[in-house]
Amino acid sequence: MGIVNELWKGLKVTGGTMLRTMFGGSELVTTQFPKETRQKPQRFHGRHVLNRYPDGMEKCIGCELCAGACPADCIHVRGADNNPESPTSPGERYGYIYEINMLRCIFCGLCVEACPTEAITMTHLFEMSTTNREDAIYTRKELLMDPSGNVPHMFPDETIGDLSELESADGWMRATAPSGVAAYEGVKMWRDTAGERTWDPEPTQEDADRVSEYGEEGDG
Amino acid sequence: MTWTEFGIVVLRVVLTFGLLMVLTIVNVWMERKLLADMQSRIGPNRAGPFGILQTVADGLKLFFKESITPRKVELAMYVLAPFLAVIPAFLIFMMVPWGAPFTIGGHEVVLQGADLNIGLLFILAMSSMAVYAVVLAGWSSGSKYPLIGGVRATAQAISYEAALGLSMVAVVMFTATQGEGGTLSLAEIVNRQAGTWGDVIPALEPILQFVPRWNIFPQIVAFVIFFVAIVAETNRAPFDLVEAEQEIVGGFHTEYSGMRFAMFFLAEYVNIFSMSAIGATLFLGGWNGPVFEGAVPGFVSAILPTVYFLLKTYAIVFLFFWIRATLPRLRYDQLMTLGWKRLIPGALGWLVLSTVVIAYRQFGPPWS
Repeated sequence: MGIVNELWKGLKVTGGTMLRTMFGGSELVTTQFPKETRQKPQRFHGRHVLNRYPDGMEKCIGCELCAGACPADCIHVRGADNNPESPTSPGERYGYIYEINMLRCIFCGLCVEACPTEAITMTHLFEMSTTNREDAIYTRKELLMDPSGNVPHMFPDETIGDLSELESADGWMRATAPSGVAAYEGVKMWRDTAGERTWDPEPTQEDADRVSEYGEEGDG
Repeated sequence: MTWTEFGIVVLRVVLTFGLLMVLTIVNVWMERKLLADMQSRIGPNRAGPFGILQTVADGLKLFFKESITPRKVELAMYVLAPFLAVIPAFLIFMMVPWGAPFTIGGHEVVLQGADLNIGLLFILAMSSMAVYAVVLAGWSSGSKYPLIGGVRATAQAISYEAALGLSMVAVVMFTATQGEGGTLSLAEIVNRQAGTWGDVIPALEPILQFVPRWNIFPQIVAFVIFFVAIVAETNRAPFDLVEAEQEIVGGFHTEYSGMRFAMFFLAEYVNIFSMSAIGATLFLGGWNGPVFEGAVPGFVSAILPTVYFLLKTYAIVFLFFWIRATLPRLRYDQLMTLGWKRLIPGALGWLVLSTVVIAYRQFGPPWS
């Protein structure tokens, strides 16, 4: 009776799992999202933030390279000349208009790669649902961190996400800035940002125990 | 017929109908919850405690949704099909006695929609009717996937109806030896399963007197065939080729939406419960069980048979869910092979075997 045996084997798996789930012995695959969240990968691509230097200057120089790199055409930037008396950014110009349409954004991170001044980075926050399309267009008001390093949120009161995720940077920045040279791995190579940051370098390849897989030299 | 008698008839039909509706809501929730447990998930947990109101919420949502009528449908059949699915499903359960008869003010109340003396035939007829709903829905939708689903339903129903009927015949024949003459009435079949097997084999009486006189013990093969056949009859996994979401979208109900879809959904779950109830009635002794009369308050004794009936039915319903979580869908030719080459010959063989045994026990060896 081979078929009965096979059937019984299958039934034992499902029945056993049922009993274990009912009486708490088995780990649930479900994460009850708003209540409990999962650990995000270090290089998670969440919503963007426009950074400032520790002295409060904006990093964005209004060069529009991010807008050029954007495959979804969702970034709209217009630069304006700095007022020499009280400059907004260290460069000649600054991002006078900066808008990202989050409905179009595909969160590829090419804007972050394109940015010459590390002005735009990605955070770990992804809870951005809105009830109307205009709210999905993030402007300077929502994107730009204040001089003390706090990042605003479109709906500070209604959000179901963990706002502290806005403080953590996407790992790409930390891993490869500024040049992607493997020799710089584990070395902090980007300029400081306003506020208390714990943007440590990503673990080196040795730390990650992946040295043998790629060889000693890496691709640098 | 006096007004009181008329009232009692109305009452018991309404009671049966209400019981079925409430239990269907519970069944849908229970299936989702059990499947979730079997897959290490949580399942519905938002509406009401443990998500038990989820089915109500879904039903309400479907009720307020538009029932879209696609342009290519054969309108009369398309509208009629959901009703053809629901009505037989409910009628089947009307035959099942779901509690012990009791007396109120000199009137006997039978907890059963109707006690037909051809109950089993009626059930078979109605379960065949349900196939028309699927076939007509598939055909009248004017769309290819529903049509494929409908055609599959025809073949599947014909194949498994035979095995279902044959397994029931074995039970009916066996029941005939348990009392005065044969019967197709479910109430009578239940009555004949009261007591234990104690008096059958005198040598084994100390053990057998604790074994209830259910048909499943002498008719175990018929029960297995019956169970496989009802799973196929109700188009449930692993025999859900009629719906087969991955191949033919949703099968016969692809083009249905809103309340019309809800009726198909309702019919499916009512069918599962009714068929399980019939299984419990034919093989597991229906509402029979110890009622401890005198030892417990009267109302407990009155309600216990219904509890036993529900327990037995839910044991079979649970098998439905367990099998669904375990087995992948059969391929079409495997379905046909199982039906025609395994179940029908098996059922026939079992029928012949039990006929021989019954005849031997009644008339002795043919040479005597």
